[in-house]
Amino acid sequence: MEKHLLSINDLSASEAIQILNTASELSKISDGPMKKLPTLRGRTVVNLFFEDSTRTRISFESAAKRLSADVINFSAKGSSVSKGESLKDTAQTLQAMGADAVVIRHGASGAAQRLADSGWISASVINAGDGTHEHPTQALLDAYTIRSKFPDLKDNFNGLKVAIVGDILHSRVARSNVLLLSKLGAKITLVAPPTLIPVGVTDWDVDVSYDLDSAILNADVVMMLRIQSERMAASFFPSEREYSRGYGLDLARLNSLKDSTIVMHPGPMNRGLEISAESADSHKSVVLAQVSNGVLVRMAVLYQLLGGAALTGEVGA
Amino acid sequence: MKYTIKNARMLDDAIVDIEIANGVIANIGKEISAGEIVDAQKSLVIPGLVDLHTHLREPGREDSETVATGSAAAAKGGFTAISAMANTFPVADTAGVVEQVFRLGQEAGLCDVFPIGAVTAGLEGKKLAELGAMANSKAQVRIFSDDGKCVSDPLLMRRALEYVKTFNGIIAQHAQEPALTVGSQMNEGLVSSKLGLTGWPAVAEEAIIARDILLAEHVGSRLHICHLTTAGGVDLVRFAKSRGINVTAEVTPHHLLLTDELVSNYDPVFKVNPPLRTEKDVMALRKGLADGTIDIVGTDHAPHPTEDKDCEWQSAAFGMVGLETALSVVVKAMIETELMSWETLVERMSIAPAKIAGYAKHGQIVAKGSPANLAIIDTSATWIVDRNTLASKSKNTPFAGMTMPAQVRHTFLNGDLVLKNGQIVSKMNGGSN
Repeated sequence: MEKHLLSINDLSASEAIQILNTASELSKISDGPMKKLPTLRGRTVVNLFFEDSTRTRISFESAAKRLSADVINFSAKGSSVSKGESLKDTAQTLQAMGADAVVIRHGASGAAQRLADSGWISASVINAGDGTHEHPTQALLDAYTIRSKFPDLKDNFNGLKVAIVGDILHSRVARSNVLLLSKLGAKITLVAPPTLIPVGVTDWDVDVSYDLDSAILNADVVMMLRIQSERMAASFFPSEREYSRGYGLDLARLNSLKDSTIVMHPGPMNRGLEISAESADSHKSVVLAQVSNGVLVRMAVLYQLLGGAALTGEVGA
Repeated sequence: MKYTIKNARMLDDAIVDIEIANGVIANIGKEISAGEIVDAQKSLVIPGLVDLHTHLREPGREDSETVATGSAAAAKGGFTAISAMANTFPVADTAGVVEQVFRLGQEAGLCDVFPIGAVTAGLEGKKLAELGAMANSKAQVRIFSDDGKCVSDPLLMRRALEYVKTFNGIIAQHAQEPALTVGSQMNEGLVSSKLGLTGWPAVAEEAIIARDILLAEHVGSRLHICHLTTAGGVDLVRFAKSRGINVTAEVTPHHLLLTDELVSNYDPVFKVNPPLRTEKDVMALRKGLADGTIDIVGTDHAPHPTEDKDCEWQSAAFGMVGLETALSVVVKAMIETELMSWETLVERMSIAPAKIAGYAKHGQIVAKGSPANLAIIDTSATWIVDRNTLASKSKNTPFAGMTMPAQVRHTFLNGDLVLKNGQIVSKMNGGSN
């Protein structure tokens, strides 16, 4: 990771671990009385959101503010984008306003990379979710959450068994997690009906299963993905009930998990569809930890992209 | 206007002088010096290239190309005949529009422009356009295509194939099953799975090819498959030919050279429909072109203005310009790889397309009495593609920065020199008429 975070492919395993370590250091400050760091004072972070995502935007906004950056929120709705302004013009406008970093959420796969590569702007670009491609900070916060629940994992995830369950085909969360967790050494099994698994998956570094019951028996981490109801209309599966029966994490499946297994979900959850209320609220669920860790990990990313220097020293100051 | 091409190299390596008068090759021999002298300096002389698949955008999108600028690009690329696709605004689905395009081509005078008529009114796939009226117009349309869209209704496709028999027409199908390609952005495979771009599966092309070759067999009509891109499609055409079905097939230069790996940086200059496929497909297409399963190369020259490519992938237009690079790309993909000879290249890029379309004055071997539609090519030259020097009004070439073999030096159109030393000879300067 030099200037941008567009994809997990931008990170080596050690760089990813370094982000997690930075987030750990930052967590110590967050638990203290003075939550704010002066690191990015005078820097401007723009949240450029072409898709509605209050959760992710707030998470990035809190992260930037806790590092004392100025934050500009730009959402496409009601802006000149809805009047037909191009991504290029929007980006250049923000650049002219002095953005040091642009956090972009966009419905088109590759939009973040285009923003970074096209020469339109000189700011750092952070991908906050591009179409059905990637959501790298989500994967980093998931890895951070996993590590916090499995203290034996430090510099790699060797031996960790992860089941990622649901709409792999359309999930940027799944793509980023597959890349990151396998880079760190975890063994990944994708679980979904075949309609929701990409045709090219045979060349990914994962196992594929159509049977949730057997796939989760030995899993250390069960990561449930959100199912969107429009997938049903497009015949990816026959009905919500049939999907839920086959691929939902209900109480019986929750009870079949090992004691140490954790249940994750990037949110927002469809309770009763991919995850039952009992599973979502059980002690195995780390969904709320994922949310709070999101701020720490995004602080760490902003810190490393904009702050430059290693964290040690300054944090203690 | 009289010309003599001095020191021209024929396909059999003989060095000759070629005298051109009254639009035809008046003489081939030694020590001829009639009219204006063009010294070929032992460059190869071949019949002018013929493209059956060109988007000229006029009328309607003159911001991306006009018949005149597209004709200039064609002349620079060694083409003497191009075929203007029907997806203009308005659509070329009436005698009026095809006659307009034909007339604009004549006025530009740099290349013969033969309009292709739409198969269905407004390219809407609902009812036949006035095919007979276009065939009987001054443009004498023989090729009909909804290119850009597939004639997906099987009954309408059957009717179109049958109907054009009265004037020996041909239906050129853009093979893309629409239901299998909703929202598609690139080839469906490993790369699309990583990039999170909606896939355009090979089967969507192959399903239509399979259906249409069987329809063509059933009604005994001529079918042309536009821009074949898949290994499976090559197999289907090979099967059809072995059954004696009257089918011809085309491949674009870019599908002979580029693969879907190039999409990995999301640069929309590589966005094209049908999409770039895999290495395996590229190899099958090359083999198919070499052995004649694929009859011709068609450029699918598809100009788009800068703003339609200077954006995110999903919003970008599909298409690449190709007239000025076609010959070099085919040389790179087929001749440098020793899959094909220059003689076969001439067959695939000039003789066969002219024969399919019935362009009588094109695709004739270089011989005394043949129409003087010629391209003179420095086969040992190399050049670097620079999008800023393209004659096309649009600059969306995927080959920018690549070093290419073989360069077109001169082009003769119906006996007139329209490209001299790589430069367009303007009619306004009295260079030719």
